[in-house]
Amino acid sequence: MSTQESYVTADGRTIGPTVMEMKNITLRFGGVKAITDISFDIREGEIRAIIGPNGAGKSSMLNVISGFYIPQEGEVWYKGHKRPPMKPYEVAQQGIARTFQNIALFEGMTVLDNVMTGRLNHMKTGMLAQAIWKGKAEAEEVENREKVEKIIDFLEIQHIRKTPVARLPYGLKKRVELARALAAEPSILLLDEPMAGMNVEEKEDMSRFILDVNDEFGTTIALIEHDMGVVMDLSDRVVVMDYGKKIGDGTPDEVRNNQDVIDAYLGVAHD
Amino acid sequence: MFYREAGDFKTTYAADSQTFPIKFDRIGYYIALIVAFCVLPFMMNDYLVNAIFLPFLIYAIAAIGLNILVGYCGQVSLGTGGFMAVGAYACYKLMTSFPEVNIFIHIVLAGGVTALVGVLFGLPSLRIKGFYLAVATLAAQFFLVWLFNRVPWFYNYSASGQISAPERTLFGIAITGPNTQPWAVYLFCLVFLVISALIARNLTRGSVGRKWMAIRDMDIAAEIIGVDPLKAKLSAFAVSSFFVGISGALFFAVYLGAVEVGEAFGIQKSFLVLFMVIIGGLGSIFGSFAGAAFLVLLPVVLKLVGVDMLGWPTDIVAHFQLVIVGALIIVFLILEPHGLAQLWRITKEKLRLWPFPH
Repeated sequence: MSTQESYVTADGRTIGPTVMEMKNITLRFGGVKAITDISFDIREGEIRAIIGPNGAGKSSMLNVISGFYIPQEGEVWYKGHKRPPMKPYEVAQQGIARTFQNIALFEGMTVLDNVMTGRLNHMKTGMLAQAIWKGKAEAEEVENREKVEKIIDFLEIQHIRKTPVARLPYGLKKRVELARALAAEPSILLLDEPMAGMNVEEKEDMSRFILDVNDEFGTTIALIEHDMGVVMDLSDRVVVMDYGKKIGDGTPDEVRNNQDVIDAYLGVAHD
Repeated sequence: MFYREAGDFKTTYAADSQTFPIKFDRIGYYIALIVAFCVLPFMMNDYLVNAIFLPFLIYAIAAIGLNILVGYCGQVSLGTGGFMAVGAYACYKLMTSFPEVNIFIHIVLAGGVTALVGVLFGLPSLRIKGFYLAVATLAAQFFLVWLFNRVPWFYNYSASGQISAPERTLFGIAITGPNTQPWAVYLFCLVFLVISALIARNLTRGSVGRKWMAIRDMDIAAEIIGVDPLKAKLSAFAVSSFFVGISGALFFAVYLGAVEVGEAFGIQKSFLVLFMVIIGGLGSIFGSFAGAAFLVLLPVVLKLVGVDMLGWPTDIVAHFQLVIVGALIIVFLILEPHGLAQLWRITKEKLRLWPFPH
């Protein structure tokens, strides 16, 4: 395991102590082992990538972190405590937000409402106060709206604020989904293939947004991505998975020169 | 042209999230309120109240309730008639057990009782969805009607099995019973409708409403942003049943006066309110009004045109009504699932540019 002291990266960001640690996670679906005995940690403020060929178990790993799957073996430690098995919404309430590989937005609502849903965990007014609206509920709405507007500004989606999500093109939907996750002010932001299906320009935009988010809000980010160039440029440390096993872990440079990783990507006979 | 939102700038977020963001709408709303409260009461007579206004006001409350459940939270319910019956019988039991308490409080309490029953029958919604949930609520409908028919305690062991509302007054004016004034019952129901609509609007524009809509649009995504699906669905069932219960209590106590449960709150009632919501517009408070007005006015207008003007037999006109409603349901489901409210919205968008096409 890496050291616990904070350090400053070459580009001036501070990487703090471990915020989440996966210990010997094993996940089975019947007889199929999706994840076998994987351990890794995520440190505060870093961009952590999980890469691997198709079917390596990356998305399953993300689903374990966000509570969709309960692993058969292993422990998830979050902020120094062992996490009991919990439902996805409880994980979200603990400050872990995520986006999906195939966008999961609320199609019937406007962009603004979608991003506002990201703030639901911060909105605590009771139903009675909301029924009256004037006073507490309105004040809370305005206060959260201000935070949401900052994120809308930040991700440059002001012009589509009042547009129903169903009318937006793919690239913008991805950005709105990121905005919704960011609105929750998460301690850890999980991104499942944030650049899937995008052209070079959109990828560049998205990469810039991810870096800016990490830089400006200090958000810890764990992401899955297929585009090697993007991953190597963005991330501080990389976990490489293949067939449900961890075959590499380290800085992009270390991983790039790891023989197992080269084999997994270029292909050798598995035995 | 004359209906504009250009130049109507908002400088605060509070102003941006108000109910009628466009000035023109706001003025129209205040005029409607003034007419409803200050002008219409003086024009009331028995025919207007019993044929048009009371059914419209009461069904509009029921439609708002059902719209919260179906339109905002996406949980289909066919149990509206049963829940209205709960409101009616709760109101009856309260009226006869505590005669000294104000009728206003009885009706609100009847709504509360219905909310509890609604939550109970909403429990299966966590496990079953869509079509299957509709069938489960259908079970609630038949069970509740059966219960009120079979357990004599509910109708105070009366020989006929009916319940009838004793006379109750508010500020010395009769609201229930045989000696009511048209303007009094009209105002009484209007107050309930306006408050219900305001509450429904406030709930649906804030965080509770967003939770409901999140569950409706994609329940998995709702869970991942921290919405507890059980709480969200049950709160929708509770709020929805509360309004439906109030409408049931008003329907019994103020409108009909005496009720036989199978006849007044049968499955037809569930469908009628559901049709109002579909025709009016799912997920729109205005749509609930429009749907209720449409289905209340349709038979009146048909009778006026068919029987009085064209001289057709009454039964043919009555059958025509069924055909028209059926056809309209199909048309709306295929062409405009968001109902009259969406048509109004499109009209507004068109008016914004009219008469210039671009």
